[in-house]
Amino acid sequence: MASDNAPNAGIELRHLFWLLAGLALVVAPHMQRLPWWLNLIAVMLFAWRVYLAWGERALPKKWLLALLVAGGMVGVYLTYRTIFGRDSGVALLVLFLSLKLLELHHKRDAMVLVLLSYFLALTNFFYSQTLPTAALMLVSTLINSASLVNFAAAGRSLQANLKTAAALLAQAGPVMLVLFVLFPRVQGPLWGLPQDAYSGVTGLSDSMSPGAISRLSQSDAIAFRVRFRGDVPPRRELYWRGPVFWNFDGRTWRPGDVRPYGQVKFEAKGKPYDYEVTLEPHNHNWLFALELAAKVPPNAGVSADYVLLARTPVRNRVRYDMLSYTDFTEGSTDDAGELRPGLQLPASFNPRARRLAEQWAAGGAADIAIVQKALDYFREQGFVYTLEPPLLGRDSIDEFLFGSKRGFCEHYSSSFVFLMRAAGLPARVVTGYQGGEINPVDQYMVVRQSDAHAWAEVWLKRRGWVRFDPTAAVAPVRVESGVAAAVPATDPLPLMARTTLAWLREVRYNWDALANKWNQLVLGYNPERQREFLSGLGMSEPSWENMALTLFWGVGGLLALLTAWLLRRMRTADRVQRLWLRFCAKLGKKGCARAAHEGPADFVARSAARYPASAERIRAIGERYIALRYGAAADARMLAELRLLVREFSV
Amino acid sequence: MFEKILSRSQLYLAFFGPRKPEPGTIFLRQNRVYILPTRPGLAFALALGVMLIGSINYNLSLGYILTFLLASMGLVAILHTFRNLVHLHVTPGRAEPVFAGELAWFELFVENRSGYERCAIALWHGGKATLCDIASQRGTTVSVPIAAERRGWLAPGRITLDTRFPLGLLRAWSYIQPDMRCLVYPKPDDGLLPLPEPSGGSGEKRVSSGGSDDFAGLRQYQISDSPRHIHWKAAARGQGLQTKVFSGRAAAELWLDWNELPRDLGLESKLSRLTRWVLAAGQDGLRYGLRLPGVEIAPDAGAPHRLACLRELALYGL
Repeated sequence: MASDNAPNAGIELRHLFWLLAGLALVVAPHMQRLPWWLNLIAVMLFAWRVYLAWGERALPKKWLLALLVAGGMVGVYLTYRTIFGRDSGVALLVLFLSLKLLELHHKRDAMVLVLLSYFLALTNFFYSQTLPTAALMLVSTLINSASLVNFAAAGRSLQANLKTAAALLAQAGPVMLVLFVLFPRVQGPLWGLPQDAYSGVTGLSDSMSPGAISRLSQSDAIAFRVRFRGDVPPRRELYWRGPVFWNFDGRTWRPGDVRPYGQVKFEAKGKPYDYEVTLEPHNHNWLFALELAAKVPPNAGVSADYVLLARTPVRNRVRYDMLSYTDFTEGSTDDAGELRPGLQLPASFNPRARRLAEQWAAGGAADIAIVQKALDYFREQGFVYTLEPPLLGRDSIDEFLFGSKRGFCEHYSSSFVFLMRAAGLPARVVTGYQGGEINPVDQYMVVRQSDAHAWAEVWLKRRGWVRFDPTAAVAPVRVESGVAAAVPATDPLPLMARTTLAWLREVRYNWDALANKWNQLVLGYNPERQREFLSGLGMSEPSWENMALTLFWGVGGLLALLTAWLLRRMRTADRVQRLWLRFCAKLGKKGCARAAHEGPADFVARSAARYPASAERIRAIGERYIALRYGAAADARMLAELRLLVREFSV
Repeated sequence: MFEKILSRSQLYLAFFGPRKPEPGTIFLRQNRVYILPTRPGLAFALALGVMLIGSINYNLSLGYILTFLLASMGLVAILHTFRNLVHLHVTPGRAEPVFAGELAWFELFVENRSGYERCAIALWHGGKATLCDIASQRGTTVSVPIAAERRGWLAPGRITLDTRFPLGLLRAWSYIQPDMRCLVYPKPDDGLLPLPEPSGGSGEKRVSSGGSDDFAGLRQYQISDSPRHIHWKAAARGQGLQTKVFSGRAAAELWLDWNELPRDLGLESKLSRLTRWVLAAGQDGLRYGLRLPGVEIAPDAGAPHRLACLRELALYGL
């Protein structure tokens, strides 16, 4: 019994297993990203610890642990080529945590492990901040906090300790909310982030080679969400413009040197669409907007080929308001310097395609006629739109146009632009997204990676750059209803993309809407949103000083409320005793305090003698107290009498 | 004057506790319960700081949530730790006499009159803790062990009540000085010197060499038995040490006399020897009296007599 409370006391088996469960919950989400050998080590160390604890065997020697630490660090360095990065840091944390298990002798060590687990739970947010992640965080925090309670109150049952931890977290909830809303937000980062801080995000790439977009199409991930403030454009107008490619080396398309922040020249007809885009991080500068953007978001510019570019790569979810015209004519210059890159072709590649295009152009045909011929060629020559095109060799366009005739949008746009250039028409490849699906639950349009698309723009005299979508010539359904309807049923697509189960769609809509709400309200709570929100709440000037002050009073007020609530239960629970003590206190204030050894009868006799005027009431109180306390026939009426007597008692 | 103010000040109480024993039931008022973070608590705060910086740097909204949730939990835990200790009633209980060199157990009745459970309350004394849990509106008796080093009255002095419940990140504590004491008898010496000869009291001379008259049987040897009564023959046969018991000796009168002890023996040694003799005589069922300078207890037998003798020995000269 003695010194169970000391920090160096041992750990009970059930508490050890509880701790291990909590730690496993924190380590598990990291395992999908950690190298296999580290996962293996972690699992083995956990299992080893369980084995040792089960058989009450001694923990391994210090030198063995030192050896494992050194080996693990070398392993992490060899895997990540650094030990100071984000991913390698997480790997080291997992390694240390697992090794600490074998050095877990005392409660002190166990508490260190719990602190480490809180920290490791935080690092999981580098990779995911979704609702399920939040739920997992809550569960692991509860379990690990219950571990702390276990070590503080070793004698209680696990269930009681879990309940205590849950109560603590529940009471912490409102305080946390106040802190979250009012803690003055700072736009990070405070200092440079490690190189690998933003690896592993999916999205369009800054080059296009065969297979790039079809691979992307197999991802169900959300690229961005759009909320239209008025009409929603028809689906065939939903071309979300992304990076534009000029340079072709026979296999890969690259951006070319376009002036970064050009002047937008366009003429538009009709009413613009007004909408707000919430873009998921993709680690590149471009911002997506409907063709053609009539507005440049703050901290962004527009390139000469009409791509919106943020000043810094998009590494956090960003929101921006947009205005777009879908009926427009783009560009007006006949500047040869600007159009020359639109005619560049790699020498000695794809001779057959060149010849074909030159034939089309030979008769002095009008530009539009040449374009039409190319589109007809795709339409009539038995081309197939598929996610699984065959691999192509050196003259990829020749092989595609005259051989396989099976391809995805990158094949069509690439060969179309090649043909146009060969025919003497300036042309370029545009990538982005085509389509989008309105979620009926919250009316947000969701654009997924599977909507990734590539199309072409051709320079026509007196009209400027005109969009042509050769994919639409092959598979008009792609533009009208999306990729799932356009590709053969055997092609691999995300399960959800072509499901016909209504309830499953319903579930997904609801889930997406919830996730969107989470993103907008919680994850998107940045300095601007905080200012907006607090102004909306009536804070006249949401400076950080005001926030800190409100925060201080808010947290203080909540804690005061909680204290009051806890105090209510802190009073003597016995109501009779409470009344008696109140009576004693009233007499005590007059200088007739009850001595510690004095029983109720003696005290009543003494005070009655001292205050003869009140003697009767003093005796009445004493009688009732003694009867309620020690008598057999105590009832509620007597208690009420006592309460009244004590309340009105004064000397 | 200054000292009087000082001794009542919060800070003084926080570090040194009450200066005088507090009579009766001790009530742990709010103003005598102190709270500070423990070492893990400081580490927790440090970890939260790092987590907050990480959340800011990487713009982790969920990181803010986790950090703030844990910070709020820490704040709420202050209230819980505090109220886990405050408003307890501690009443001194019994403290059975012990011999010097043994542990004295001070019983304290810890009472929880409030409507919630108190968990993992530790009573510390001399670096050792005794833990207790007390259900709502219940009390429990806790025995605090304190080493009794010298004979005489032993007061428990300052006892620390503390608790780290519920998270172990904070420690609330309070000092009490219950007004109670424990009688500590002198430590019986481990000498082999036997009991002195009975000195005839009631006229009946004891025949020391006889042994045929009142032999009452054998019993297991005990450490304070006189070697003369050991049944050596049985011991030689390998039957272990046994002691012969003579019923007739009850009639004999024995004076355990301070004056008959060697003069060069120190005070404490004399008391220790007399204590051993009192115990030995009591065990043998003898009638014995005790003579100390200025104290004389008439020969008698039985437990109350023994306790009276031991008490005189414990308090002699104090």
